[in-house]
This record gives sequence, structure tokens and C-alpha cells, in this order.
Amino acid sequence: MNENLLHRIRGRLLKALHFVTLFIAMAIICVPGLWVVLNSFRPTVEIMAKPPVWVPGELNLDNYRAMFGAVGEGGVPVLQYFTNSLIISVTSTLIAILVGMAGGYAFARYRFKGKASIFIGLMLTRAVPGVSLSLPLFIVMAKTGLIDTHIGLILVYVALNVPFTIWLIDGFFRQVPVELAEAAEIDGCTRWQAFWKVEFPVARAGVASAGIFAFLTSWNEYALASQLTRSTFSKTMPVGLRDFTSEFTINWGGMCALAVLMIIPALILTFLVQKHLIAGLTFGGVKG
Amino acid sequence: MAQVHLQKVVKKYGSLQVVHGIDLEIADNEFVVLVGPSGCGKSTTLRMIAGLEAISGGEIKIGERLVNDLPPRHRNISMVFQNYALYPHMTVRENLGFSLKIAKRPQQEIDKAVDEAAQILSLTEYMDRKPGALSGGQRQRVAMGRAIVRHPEVFLFDEPLSNLDAKLRTQMRTEIKKLHQKVKSTIVYVTHDQVEAMTLADRIVIMRDGYIEQVGTPLDVFETPANTFVATFIGSPPMNLLHGRVTGNEIAIDGGPAIGVPEPFTGKVQEGQKVILGFRADNLMPYGHAMPMESGCAEFDMTVNLSEPLGTETLLFGSLAGKEVQAKMLNPRPVADGERLQFRLDLARCHLFDADSQQALR
Ligand SMILES: Nc1ncnc2c1ncn2[C@@H]1O[C@H](COP(=O)(O)OP(=O)(O)O)[C@@H](O)[C@H]1O
Ligand SMILES: [Mg+2]
Repeated sequence: MNENLLHRIRGRLLKALHFVTLFIAMAIICVPGLWVVLNSFRPTVEIMAKPPVWVPGELNLDNYRAMFGAVGEGGVPVLQYFTNSLIISVTSTLIAILVGMAGGYAFARYRFKGKASIFIGLMLTRAVPGVSLSLPLFIVMAKTGLIDTHIGLILVYVALNVPFTIWLIDGFFRQVPVELAEAAEIDGCTRWQAFWKVEFPVARAGVASAGIFAFLTSWNEYALASQLTRSTFSKTMPVGLRDFTSEFTINWGGMCALAVLMIIPALILTFLVQKHLIAGLTFGGVKG
Repeated sequence: MAQVHLQKVVKKYGSLQVVHGIDLEIADNEFVVLVGPSGCGKSTTLRMIAGLEAISGGEIKIGERLVNDLPPRHRNISMVFQNYALYPHMTVRENLGFSLKIAKRPQQEIDKAVDEAAQILSLTEYMDRKPGALSGGQRQRVAMGRAIVRHPEVFLFDEPLSNLDAKLRTQMRTEIKKLHQKVKSTIVYVTHDQVEAMTLADRIVIMRDGYIEQVGTPLDVFETPANTFVATFIGSPPMNLLHGRVTGNEIAIDGGPAIGVPEPFTGKVQEGQKVILGFRADNLMPYGHAMPMESGCAEFDMTVNLSEPLGTETLLFGSLAGKEVQAKMLNPRPVADGERLQFRLDLARCHLFDADSQQALR
């Protein structure tokens, strides 16, 4: 047989193998999510069936209907939870991004006393498991009357996210050459203009990705929210999932339906910002 | 249009002083090149003129204005950076017009100025591209265009050509020279490349370790270097330097031949003085392959270790008194390594430096 043909066949085989491996990996990553989506459309009997029913016998919207229904009949104040989640996540993300930009820029551009130790200190706060803070946080919040308020959770999430946004944004600003701002200053900008007209747009991708991470952290956080919220006034969606558990039963279908509602905004947001992430830092302004 | 005036300018980073009180007068429309080895403080000096670096002492004036504490935007200068620093998120057109837009000039005026600059630098085809889609040479031109659009009083260049390949560098060098003729204005240009300095400058400022070693026209610094540093830094190949001692009316090269004290220096050296004799390869040539030497010449034998044919001439590497010495051969013939030739040294073209101070004897 001809040598070239052999190599061609080998190439094709390798390619196919690649594809299969990737497919399996992706499947493993996606299956739990898809299972949740699938279960949200299935009756409880089928969800609980053993051995599992892989191919759904019937799909319906019963779980969704019940969730939006009256409270007594398995209904949950979904809209209220959604609004709470949205207000808390968006506000805390905005604040975390603003603080992260100020801090990240300072770390990337300026030298000051104790820079390294402050930076390490910030990172160390991430090493403390969040839950271990729940009791002290609870006490502080209770004393200041911030239990069961939006502001209470917003403050907690800002504190949770700021070290991370600073770290991420610092990394992006470090990649923006100092000369860009200097050139802008020579072109007539003030320091402030140079930042907003040149450095910020160039590092926008970084700020956007920090924003996504901060938002998702706040959106999905459960442990602290479950301690610091009491009522529909401030409960977020992850905490709302617990409404489906009662003393002896768990309404898995309802839980899955709410989980799907939770996933959707996160997906949409990621899609919207994804463009910026992929575009990455549009370099070429400077010769590397 | 403006002159630039530096008086006792000092730069310190904490306790580390990197520029030691330099004085420099740059005339209106003059093209001045700061040249020196890497780390000697050229960029720092330029950035102090630009206002990007605070000055730790002394005075800087642009025109008649003291600018010591003015921010860059109030100095009416433009700067071209080594890495170009183009705004990556803007098109070429936006890059060029940025300064005028910031100054809130009418759109019509901006368009006119941008088109004019694009014309001068032949950038018209690329106006809607982002810098990322340009070649190195094109980026370089955009950077220059951005500088000329605002008609500044002073242009500052910080090694603008060092990221280009050799051919493009020569080409852009010519363009910068032409640009200076077209848009008359004062230029301060930093480079570590002495060829660039020689070809571009009206006056060269040679720096070392935060001091100015010599200021002069390219020919000045080539023909009458103030000290051994300038002598070896300017000119290629570098000037040959041989240590010796004055005995009678001769200089005894340490471990080598004795050579008559060159005429310009008779009476300026003392008996027993330690000196350094300097001469360029162009003034040391093998017998029969040399230029006519008008006044006196010294003759001695030297073994050639290596020869580099360059076509019209051949560069010869020999060793004299244990030091490598470079010579040139006109109308070259092949030279075998190890061949011993008789050389003639043009005494009128020799330089003499005091061995202790390294300064030229005049
Ligand atoms: N921000 C800084 N802090 C401390 N030292 C610096 C700083 N910037 C430059 N230097 C020092 O100043 C000297 C001159 O630097 P520079 O002007 O960049 O040299 P060059 O002539 O190569 O342009 C160098 O020794 C450099 O290490
Ligand atoms: Mg430099």
C-alpha cells in the first residue's frame, strides 16, 4: 500500500478520535445541566424512577404551572425571588467592578508602600471559606439591622467579589502598555480622560469578564444568602429553591423548574458579554 | 516654533540619581539627537522634556516658557514612542485625529489636518484599519502622523526605528529627515544607534551614565571627539586606541613600536606623560593600498589575523602591542590570514588622549 494513503487514513482516524473524545468530555460537563432541564418537564414519578428513565415518556409544563400558581398549591413567589436576585446581583456587581477598576488600576500602575502585602492580604480573604463567616456575619447583620435586606446581601457580595475583580482587572491593566496613556496625555488628555478614552476601552474585555464572574458568584451564592435572608422580601433564587422541600418530601420537578429559570439569565448574560471576551484585548497598537 | 532649554536638569529615582545636571540649548528648528549606550538616561531626559517624568532639579524651558511643572498637554509637544503606542481600539483615522478631537476642534478642521498628514505619510489607503492590521512600517508612520497632526512646537522621538528591520529602518530614517524639511520644527530624537545619529542630526548630544560627554555637529564629534568614550562610540568600526608614553618627540606604544608625536600635538605633551593614541581604520593602511598621506606618516609591520572583504575595500584585523587593531585596505587584493604586511599610519589624522583623564589633548 501506498505510504501517503496510510498517512491520510491515520490523519482521518486521529481527527475522528479527537472529535469523539471532545464529545464525551463535553457530554460529561453538560449532562447534569441537561438533566435538570429535562426533569423540569417531567412528572415526579419519572424523575424518581429506578432505574432511571432515559427517554422521557411524557413532557409537560406542569412544574412551571404549579410554580407560578397559588402558594398553597406548590406555588413559589418566583417573580419576587427573581427581582431580589437581580437587584442584589446587579448592584453588587456594579459596585465590585467600580472598586475593582479603581483598585486594579492602582495595583497595575502605581507603586506605593505595602503594595505587595495589601495585594496578598486581599487574596488571602479568598482563602477563608465563605461559610465560616456566616455566623459572625449573621451577628453583625443582626446588630445593624441588615438581616433580610437587599443592602445586607449586597455588602456581603461586594466584599466577596472585590478581591477577585481587583486581581482580574489588575491583570488586564498590566497588559495595557503604559505608553498608551502617556501618548494620550501628550495628545492633550488629562489623566482622567486618558483613562476613560484609552486605557478603559482597551481593557474593556477584562472588566467585562470580571463583571461576569462577579455577577455569577452573586447570582448563584447560596450558603451566606440562606443565613442572611428570612422572607420573600430579600430571599434570592438559590434560597428560594428550598421552598420546594417540605418535612417529608422534596418536589424535585419544581426545583428543577426554578433552577432552569435561574440558569437562563446567566446564560443570556454570558452570551451577551461573550463577544467582548472572545475579542479579547485588541492589541497591535504597540509592537510587542 | 520653539527652542528648548535645559539647565542643570537632574533626575533622581529615590536616592538613585540617573541624570546629573545636564545643560543643553536646542535652537528653533534644530534636529538634535541624543545618543548613548542603553541605560545612559536618554529616554529619561526626553521624558522630562515631555512632562511624563517629573524633574528633580534644574529648569526646562520650551520657547520662552518655563515648563518644569506643566503637564504634557500644556507643553505643545508631540512624542513618538519606541513601541508606537497607537490606540488599538481606534482606526488609523481616529488615531490621527485624536488630539484635535480632544482639543474640541471643528470636525472640518480635523478632517483636513488628518488628510494632510495621511498624504504626507502615504497612509491614505489604511485610514479605516485598526493598528492591529498594519505592518510595522505602517504603524510607525501612523505614529509619526499622529505627532504631526497637531503641529506641535517640538517633536520628541524615543528610538522610533529600533523595532523595524534593517531595510525599513534606513527607509524610515530618510523619511524622518524629509519630514523635518517639510514640517519645520524642533526635533529631539533619542537613539542608541550612532549611524542614525550621524545621518539625522544637525547636532549630536552624546550621553553616558547621566552626563553629556560631548555636543557637536556629526562631523565635529567624528573628527574631534572630546574623549575616548566619544571616540569609540562614534564611527564604525570604532577608533583604535593604544596606550603609550611620551619619550622625546616620540610616543612609545606599550609593547609596540615608537611613533613620532603627531604634528598637531607637538609641544602639547610632556616628557613621560601617559597618553592614548587613537586612530581610525581609515587612517591605517597597508603599503601600496593606502591613500596618499600629505604630512608625516608612521610605518610599521603588523600581522593580519583576519580580513573582511567589503568590495571596494577590505577591513583588516591585526594585532599591535597585544591589542586588536583594525585597518583598511584600498584596491584590495586577497590577504591570507597570518600574512605580515607593512602599514602606514596617517599621523595628521591621529588623536591623542590623556591616559588619566581620558580627555582629548588639543
Ligand atoms: N522608574 C525608574 N525607577 C528607577 N530607575 C529607573 C527608572 N526608569 C529608569 N531608570 C534608570 O534610569 C537609567 C536611565 O534610563 P533610561 O533613560 O531609560 O535609559 P536609556 O538611555 O536607555 O533610554 C537606567 O539606569 C534605568 O535603570
Ligand atoms: Mg530608552
